[in-house]
Amino acid sequence: MDVLMLSRLQFAGATFFHFLFVPLTLGLSILIAIMETVYVRTGDQDYRRMARFWGKIFIINFAVGVVTGITLEFQFGTNWARYSKYVGDIFGSLLAIEATLAFFLESTFLAVWIFGWKRLSPKLHCLCIWLVAFASSMSALWILIANAWMQHPVGFVLRNGRAELSDFLAVVTQPFAFQIFFHTVSGAYILGGFFVMGVSAYHLLRQQETAFFTKSFRLALTFALIFAVAEVVQGHIHGAEVAKLQPTKLASMEALWDTQANAPQVLFLIPDEKNERNLVEWGKIPGALSLLAYHSSQATVKGLKDFSPEDRPPVALTFVAFRVMVGLGFLFVLLTVVGWFKRRNLEASPGYLKIMLYAIPLPYLALQAGWIVTEVGRQPWIVYGLMRTKDAVSPIATSQVAISLAAFILVYSALGVLAFYLIGKQARRGPEPLAAAAGQGEES
Amino acid sequence: MLETTWFILWGVLWSVYFMLDGYDLGLGSLLPFLAKNDTERRIIHRAMGPFWDGNEVWLITAGGVTFAAFPTTYAMMFSSLYSALMLILFALIFRGVALAFRGEVDNPRWKAFWDGCLVVGSFLPALLFGVAFANIFRGLPIDAAGIYRGNLFTLLNPYGLLGGVLFVCLFLVHGSLWLAVKTAGALQARAGAMAGRLWPVLLVVAAMFLLGTRTQTPLFNNYQARPVLLLIPTLAVASLIYTYVLIRRAAWWQAWFASSLTIVSITLFGVVGLYPNLFPSSLAPAASLTAFNSASSPLTLKIMLGVALTFVPLVIAYQTWVHFLFKDKVTEQDVTYDEGY
Repeated sequence: MDVLMLSRLQFAGATFFHFLFVPLTLGLSILIAIMETVYVRTGDQDYRRMARFWGKIFIINFAVGVVTGITLEFQFGTNWARYSKYVGDIFGSLLAIEATLAFFLESTFLAVWIFGWKRLSPKLHCLCIWLVAFASSMSALWILIANAWMQHPVGFVLRNGRAELSDFLAVVTQPFAFQIFFHTVSGAYILGGFFVMGVSAYHLLRQQETAFFTKSFRLALTFALIFAVAEVVQGHIHGAEVAKLQPTKLASMEALWDTQANAPQVLFLIPDEKNERNLVEWGKIPGALSLLAYHSSQATVKGLKDFSPEDRPPVALTFVAFRVMVGLGFLFVLLTVVGWFKRRNLEASPGYLKIMLYAIPLPYLALQAGWIVTEVGRQPWIVYGLMRTKDAVSPIATSQVAISLAAFILVYSALGVLAFYLIGKQARRGPEPLAAAAGQGEES
Repeated sequence: MLETTWFILWGVLWSVYFMLDGYDLGLGSLLPFLAKNDTERRIIHRAMGPFWDGNEVWLITAGGVTFAAFPTTYAMMFSSLYSALMLILFALIFRGVALAFRGEVDNPRWKAFWDGCLVVGSFLPALLFGVAFANIFRGLPIDAAGIYRGNLFTLLNPYGLLGGVLFVCLFLVHGSLWLAVKTAGALQARAGAMAGRLWPVLLVVAAMFLLGTRTQTPLFNNYQARPVLLLIPTLAVASLIYTYVLIRRAAWWQAWFASSLTIVSITLFGVVGLYPNLFPSSLAPAASLTAFNSASSPLTLKIMLGVALTFVPLVIAYQTWVHFLFKDKVTEQDVTYDEGY
């Protein structure tokens, strides 16, 4: 394998691993902030214990997110030097803004929250976790503005042999960035909700701390329900944007080979990339794809054959990932709607609780699949239409990248196992006893 | 002008990073030499607990600003120093995880493992940042096509290693002083004595580094051209010596500040000598990357200047508040309090 392939594997692996931890940070920080707010407003000790119990899990998860995030920022320089040089004028500033505006805030106030239980008034302490939650989502916003620019570059001119910023506002306010942002954070909020519901279900099934976990479950359920519904609606609008801005990605998501008006939505198909066709196509709904993508069943949707093979992304992977994401997205709506009707008497539905326990990994899968659609579907471009991935890689020795990739695989595998072991251990352990919670202050 | 402003900001951000993360990298490296038992080890952890993550963000910002203001330098510097940088990043992963995971399982072998990770994960970045910056001061083998003709071992030349040892010594003294500030009793006495013992070593290494810089690098050219700039190395020497005076007086807070000033002024001494170079070539001077030929467009530099001048002071303000909030000494009670949970 060459430097390009090794660098792609390394970056993909490092990004996916990082994104195993980021969504829980995004979702859980808000849920913890709500819990602590309820405590501050009502004085209900259960909500204080909830903030502390879920906070413990949050801290473990956050630490892994932080350390794996730093490597990403530097990998643009180590492995994608040509890219960094070519688009750094725009892309680099977005990353720097993220660190200065959001990441400082997040890291600093999380530490204050962890160590400040006794030093701060309850209100001020609660404000800290809100700052963490706000900063996490702000951080996601800037990173996703940067990603959106790779999907749909705007506000630049080609000058001095590189892309230079010409309109900062165009870059930071482009609607596509907000589509990606809303889609990603909603997914993360769903994940946070499902995580809390799943862990709560585990304890409710064992009838431990039922009051505590019923409150946790219901809060997470409401949260997840809102965003599961919003995600499906917004996902549709988002898809229509992709159709306009990234036609090759849309055609791959749907495995559509021939350009056609009245394009059908096929319920089941198996793409055959080599022969530029689909092996099996079952359940065609005529005009449905045109309707979804362009809001008119007569609209023409571009097929992959309209683009030369070297401009097409890997079709099968993009297609499968998209189906997985969409299928799971609808499943989340179903599960949360069912939960809504069972919310008053959760313990009477052990079957549902068991499903919710085993559903914990599903939002993780959906989010990873979503990023496959976004990033694999953008190929062969690193910046859509502007720079190819193969032109972006650093001029460095293969051996260096081979060694670092091996190190990443080794270290991240161990780290992943450890992190999920510790999160699971903490989750099973349950909250601290009520008496202790009232007297206890800071973490050790 | 814009480029020069950014060059100065760039130097300031790195020196603030070294000043802040320097104390917890130093303290992490010294863990087995300062702590005699598990309680003391936990006190040392706790002495950096509320701060280390906020300190590390300065690295992310320094890296991000390099990317934003000097993208060509960011690309060349980080790809050329690939292996060294990867080692630093992996070390920082182990350091961060060690701090977060150590207390999660109550088992001596678990704790001993993470203590080991903390030591290695703190020591390596201290050493390698020094090696990297010394090599940048000296110039790197970059050919006319802008390709780095070297590897990790190219960096391990005598002057590069001297830079590494200098950073290690600076951070060890800095970390000992931080612990002396944050503790009382036997641990404080041990930390203070450690700073006192390490300081003469630091003095010798710093003197050698200064001599090496004179003979191995072109850094003094800028100082000959503008002698007023010699105030910076003078400040470095003065604050280094004053650190020792304060150590002898057991004035720990003041000594830590003097040590901070030493780190900042030594970093700035190098950066000012480097100007306008950011990543100089020892093979082909024309291939050197400078604040001018590697800078972003004026528009980006202006916008980022606005961002930096608005938000960095804000960050400094709330991080200062955090240091005040947790200004109390860490006691045994602090680390045993949560034992039940």
